[in-house]
Amino acid sequence: MNTTETLAIPIPEQLDPPAVTGKVDLDLTTVGDFTVPDPRMKIRDVNVFYGQKQAIYDVNLDIGSNAVVAMIGPSGCGKTTLLRCLNRMNDTIDGCRVEGQVEMDGKNVYGRKMDPVLLRARVGMVFQKPNPFPKSIFDNVAYGPRIHGLVRDRTDLEEVVHTSLERAGLLDEVKDRLDQPGTGLSGGQQQRLCIARAIAVSPEVILMDEPCSALDPIATARIEELIGELRKNFSIAIVTHSMQQAARVSQRTAYFHLGYLVEVGSTKDIFTTPKHQLTEEYITGRFG
Amino acid sequence: MNPTKQIVSGLARRQRAEKRFRLYGLIAVVLGMAFLLLLFGSIVTNGYKAFTQTYIELPIYFDPAVIDPSGERNHQTLFSADYWKLVKTAVYQKFPQVNGRKERRELTRMISEGSAYELRDQVLENPRLIGTTQHVWLAADDDIDMLMKGYIDRNLPEDERRLNDRIIGYVDSMREADAIERRFNTTFFAAGDSREPEQAGILGALMGSFLTLIVTLLLSFPIGVAAAVYLEEFAPRNHFIDLIEININNLAAVPSIIFGLLGLAIFINWFGMPRSTPVVGGLVLGLMTLPTIIIASRVSIQSVPPSIKEAALGVGASRMQAMFHHVLPIATPGMLTGTIIGMARALGETAPLLMIGMVAFIVDPPGGFTEPATALPVQIFLWSDSPERGFTERTSAAILVLLAFLIAMNAAAVYLREKVTKRF
Repeated sequence: MNTTETLAIPIPEQLDPPAVTGKVDLDLTTVGDFTVPDPRMKIRDVNVFYGQKQAIYDVNLDIGSNAVVAMIGPSGCGKTTLLRCLNRMNDTIDGCRVEGQVEMDGKNVYGRKMDPVLLRARVGMVFQKPNPFPKSIFDNVAYGPRIHGLVRDRTDLEEVVHTSLERAGLLDEVKDRLDQPGTGLSGGQQQRLCIARAIAVSPEVILMDEPCSALDPIATARIEELIGELRKNFSIAIVTHSMQQAARVSQRTAYFHLGYLVEVGSTKDIFTTPKHQLTEEYITGRFG
Repeated sequence: MNPTKQIVSGLARRQRAEKRFRLYGLIAVVLGMAFLLLLFGSIVTNGYKAFTQTYIELPIYFDPAVIDPSGERNHQTLFSADYWKLVKTAVYQKFPQVNGRKERRELTRMISEGSAYELRDQVLENPRLIGTTQHVWLAADDDIDMLMKGYIDRNLPEDERRLNDRIIGYVDSMREADAIERRFNTTFFAAGDSREPEQAGILGALMGSFLTLIVTLLLSFPIGVAAAVYLEEFAPRNHFIDLIEININNLAAVPSIIFGLLGLAIFINWFGMPRSTPVVGGLVLGLMTLPTIIIASRVSIQSVPPSIKEAALGVGASRMQAMFHHVLPIATPGMLTGTIIGMARALGETAPLLMIGMVAFIVDPPGGFTEPATALPVQIFLWSDSPERGFTERTSAAILVLLAFLIAMNAAAVYLREKVTKRF
């Protein structure tokens, strides 16, 4: 079965699709295998609350090594919330409470002994809107290595900055103006600068929260290409609204709906033979 | 009727409303500027003459018999000699035709009593003057000064003037001989307060205000910024912190005289700190300024885009590093603006200083934080209360000095702000 065939499935109100079809009756327990053989991070029975409101319900998911897992789903389905659980960025939000286990190397990320500073050095993040520091391009990339004491001297630091910019595919464009402000770059360049900044501290996992949503198609294509390169050295979790993007960059895809992980599996399977009715409706564009 | 027609029919009315509103705005600005000009104009026209002072030239014979009869050049002897007698002798010689007790007393009254101290200081500095005759310019009495500045109407009947026809005659004869003239009033900038207008200066109040503001700044800026950072970034969200926040906001609205009472009760009566001193004044004004700085600092911290902080946290910065490396540099201009506003208010504050005794009559400019002092606004208040015409113009001149101080302070702060702000 392919996508053209799924379109042929008769839907009663085809002209009025945004209604979430039968969400009350549907079973929202996860379809598919959420585990991978050698996971970098493990999410187990995670529930997230914003004050009284629950945003994530009993999610289990593995982040595989050297692979890209894409999180898709309609707005407000909790994919960004879940992503931010992985490096405890949710700590900065008032009234946000996380229950359950997020493990990295067998240690609970939310455990007493886990220092969020160390965690965030190992689990880097790229945000939805490019957010370079209002400093020079060099200082943007150098900031992480500097605060963590990863470099011994200026030569070391310059090497790290150059390598990071090169891996982010930005070096050729900016090598003559490293002392210029990072905020003066174009949107796509800024986002690649943010990626360079994230990989400068050599994280093991990179979280990307809709990294291309503020970029034009050409810049998006460059970032997607970059993600393919980065996969060789890092484990990546990416939240995206673009199903084509998920299909292009990821090996596994997880579909979220109203805080539930509805279906997870290999990207190929999800996009060609979705098992859950909601997944099918979403990827065929009938709602979302 | 189609929508376009409907819109067109209302357009003229909307444009008229906008024009009207712009006119109101312009009128408001012009009115404001007019009153400001009126205010400054009246202060300047009243005050600028106080920057000059009338001086009278006298050939003073530094008579050894009066100053140092024994010839030992003993400091104590030189210090306590009767220098006024030298002035009197010189004046009598200048007007040999004047006889009689009353007329001679009138003559000597033309010279400021402070002249004796002026001569004393000259002799102490250079004892070789003794035995010589020097042409010395001595400050005239404030009534003569007023006559020279044209504040005394010669057409009034003699008994309604402060100066009689004889004295006016002496002044006119000296004027013809170029022995009396208006010069730049160094005394005004070099002396402390005095009961005599021609000897009164602003230096004491200026020093008092300066020392007080240093204490205020040192107390309120670090504490205010630290409190703002803590409340914004590190404070737990609970009822106790809510209570603190409410109280800070309320403190900003407390009348300043209450802070004066607090200073009197706590710093002076309880801690036993010296009264009338810049240190106590600075502490009181610092407490008064603290809420302003805290509120302004919090607002400027809040206005920093959260994405900057998230970016820093995302690469593994601790909360303190994110705050000090990224948030505070961006928030600094706003915090400095709040500080300027707070300090400007502190500079102009009179009421709390009255409570802690900085309203006292203090002649010597303060040399330190614990010496009795007064402050510029208090000095203005004191002089405005004095009946002498000389103090009226000194009041305006002191206001000018206060304004100049304020502008200098703000300019320094703006310069500092531009310097610390790196704009990218």
